[in-house]
Amino acid sequence: MVDLEYLKMSAPQKFVYRTKAFFKRLPRSIASFFAALPKKLYGCLMAFLSVFTNIGSAAKNGTWRTRISFVAMGTGLIALKQYLRGILYLLFEVLFALYMVFFGWKYLAKLGSLGEVACVEEWDDALGIFTYKFYDNSLLILLYSLMTIFIIVAFIYMWYRNVTGCYECEKVREAGLKLTGTKEELRSYTDRNYHKTLLSVPMLGIVVFTVLPIFFMIFIAFTNYDKAHMPPKELFSWVGAENFVNVLGGGISANSKVFAYTFREVLLWTVVWAFFATFTNYILGMVVAILINKKGVRCKKLYRTVLVMTIAVPQFVSLMLMSQLLADQGLLNNLMISWGWIDKPIPFLTDGTAAKITIIIVNLWIGIPFSMLICTGILMNIPEDLYESARIDGAGPVTAYMKITLPYMLHVTTPYLITQFIGNLNNFNVIFLLTGGEPLSLEMQYAGKTDLLITWLYKLTVNESQYGLASVIGIFTFIVVAVFSLIFYNRSKSVKNEEELM
Amino acid sequence: MEGKKLRSKKGSERLKLAIIHIVLTLICLIWLVPFFILIIQSFRGETGMSTNYFFPKQWTIDNYVKLFTKTKFLKWYANTLIVALAVTVLQTLIVLMTGYALSRLRFKMRKPLMNVMLILGMFPGFLSMTAVYFVLKEINLTQNIFGLILVYAAGSAMQYYICKGFFDTIPKSLDEAARIDGADRHTVFIKIILPLAKPIIIYTILTAFIAPWGEYMFSSFIMLGDPDKFTVAVGMKQWLDKESVNEYFTVFCAAAVVVSIPVTALFIWLQKYYVEGVTGGSVKG
Repeated sequence: MVDLEYLKMSAPQKFVYRTKAFFKRLPRSIASFFAALPKKLYGCLMAFLSVFTNIGSAAKNGTWRTRISFVAMGTGLIALKQYLRGILYLLFEVLFALYMVFFGWKYLAKLGSLGEVACVEEWDDALGIFTYKFYDNSLLILLYSLMTIFIIVAFIYMWYRNVTGCYECEKVREAGLKLTGTKEELRSYTDRNYHKTLLSVPMLGIVVFTVLPIFFMIFIAFTNYDKAHMPPKELFSWVGAENFVNVLGGGISANSKVFAYTFREVLLWTVVWAFFATFTNYILGMVVAILINKKGVRCKKLYRTVLVMTIAVPQFVSLMLMSQLLADQGLLNNLMISWGWIDKPIPFLTDGTAAKITIIIVNLWIGIPFSMLICTGILMNIPEDLYESARIDGAGPVTAYMKITLPYMLHVTTPYLITQFIGNLNNFNVIFLLTGGEPLSLEMQYAGKTDLLITWLYKLTVNESQYGLASVIGIFTFIVVAVFSLIFYNRSKSVKNEEELM
Repeated sequence: MEGKKLRSKKGSERLKLAIIHIVLTLICLIWLVPFFILIIQSFRGETGMSTNYFFPKQWTIDNYVKLFTKTKFLKWYANTLIVALAVTVLQTLIVLMTGYALSRLRFKMRKPLMNVMLILGMFPGFLSMTAVYFVLKEINLTQNIFGLILVYAAGSAMQYYICKGFFDTIPKSLDEAARIDGADRHTVFIKIILPLAKPIIIYTILTAFIAPWGEYMFSSFIMLGDPDKFTVAVGMKQWLDKESVNEYFTVFCAAAVVVSIPVTALFIWLQKYYVEGVTGGSVKG
């Protein structure tokens, strides 16, 4: 019964229904998540304990070689003639010790306070001026402490691998088998261990330039790092969840009320923008693709090439050009005035609501060629006889579109739509280069009426140096994106390799 | 009677086609007119941000002369070109390596790694920029082209998805046959997979090369304050500030033409691969 009702619904109704169902199911899925939690935690605990049992059995059953590996990494392996690994472990331990003693420890010790003295002014008699002596730099303390923590974690992991690795080798020898030689070991990095060879550099890049900075900024969100607390001249310190409270509207000061209001406005526009930008582009791009694909249309290739060419022109060129053409004193307004069509310029980009509409329309101009390209290939895959039988049943083109084309396209292109939507939530270029977030508003702080979370984040960082608040905005942006991705991934049946994603 | 009906149907069909043709031509015009404006404005002799007539009354190439002699445009162009070339090489290598490893090799951390990258991708890229900036500053790479190259290339592993999707479609039986013949995984990658991956390699090269030309967010932050190190996007954006737009708008148009021509030509030349990559990647997920 319910299934039948569901099948009778139109595509948008189905979408609404499924979204509702998702939220209805949310408490239950959260509950089941927590119900499964003890089991999962137990699994984690067991895995964690197995680390200790492994170490324990290595300590108990291992010979002197394993036992000296507990203190001097790699020596056991060297004794077992596993020179390559042994020497690398030993070298790693030495370097780690040097790093901690001469560098890491200094910073880690100050992590709790983020430094006590930032800089001291001293009168320099020889030069006759005040000189500054810099001591603690909160920023570097936080950055290097974080780096040190990463390195300590890596060290603990390597230490564990060293102990168990040595023990494994001993067991192999006890069983009377031959250990792998150095040459063989090296060769495994083009075969059995090839993934380590391939992924080490890319992952190092991600850890240093993405993971570490994200952790850093998450910590910054809990500090008062802003214009008044700029290292190296001043220190900043931990303030707990104050920034979060301010953004969410729990702050007492008038300033934080304004900030919370700005956050709500910007968030709302971000979601509205992403929704319209994604779906208008998608639907109209599909329409253009259908028109070009239609039987009997000539010069298909020409039309397609003209549109594809516009993708190639660097986006910043087209966007900045548009921002000038549509300005109050821009060519379009000037032309229309001189032709007598209008009396005074249309505020395409200077009125809040008009600017929002203009942005969505200009974004159509930018995005339709792209979605046309995506849709063209897929449209050709829809079996022709489906339309044939629909026509025999008396369906017009609109019905055929609603019942055949749209469901098929939605089914196949859901992953594309998801990435587009998420991309639009963070679409810096279109907003920043077209309006720069303007027009400004008196009720909003550091943000204009068309600012997205990402452009606001940019302004807070680059122009206002409000790093603490900017980090909070960044974290909220992440939450928004994550929530929408979760909803969509859950809804889409066409994500075939779902088990790979989740 | 029958014939007449058929003919009228044919007639309405023809009318429909005519309307479609008109609509498509209009669409093409709408898409081309701004670029047409860009080109004629770049030859405009009158100064100022805009005129109140469509075609300029004085035609000149002064804007181009000014662009190459009186501005830092050539420097910016060289910067962007170097960055684009370097990023292309690094990013292509990294994406291919990551794509192959995650598509073909099986190891314990494979799925966790993919999940982690998915989650990392949800953080706004600019969030990490402050920290990256200070890391770069510590190693003296701010306001430096190498710093920018590093920032662009470092995150490229996260764009492995389309490449992995492509590798997934290459039959595994090829690998297995080679492995039976004694080839190790490295040989399989170089000798078997890569020669078959031409479309995706060209797609990666093309997207990697085009991206730096239009990127503003990171480059403006890293190069902040040193006009000699700007990329074209950052430098040209300055010309459109309220103080300089009247003087520089036509120069901006000339610069835009100079930037667009090679990139667009390259794109149209390799269009086929781009379309394949985009459609393949977005559908297979």
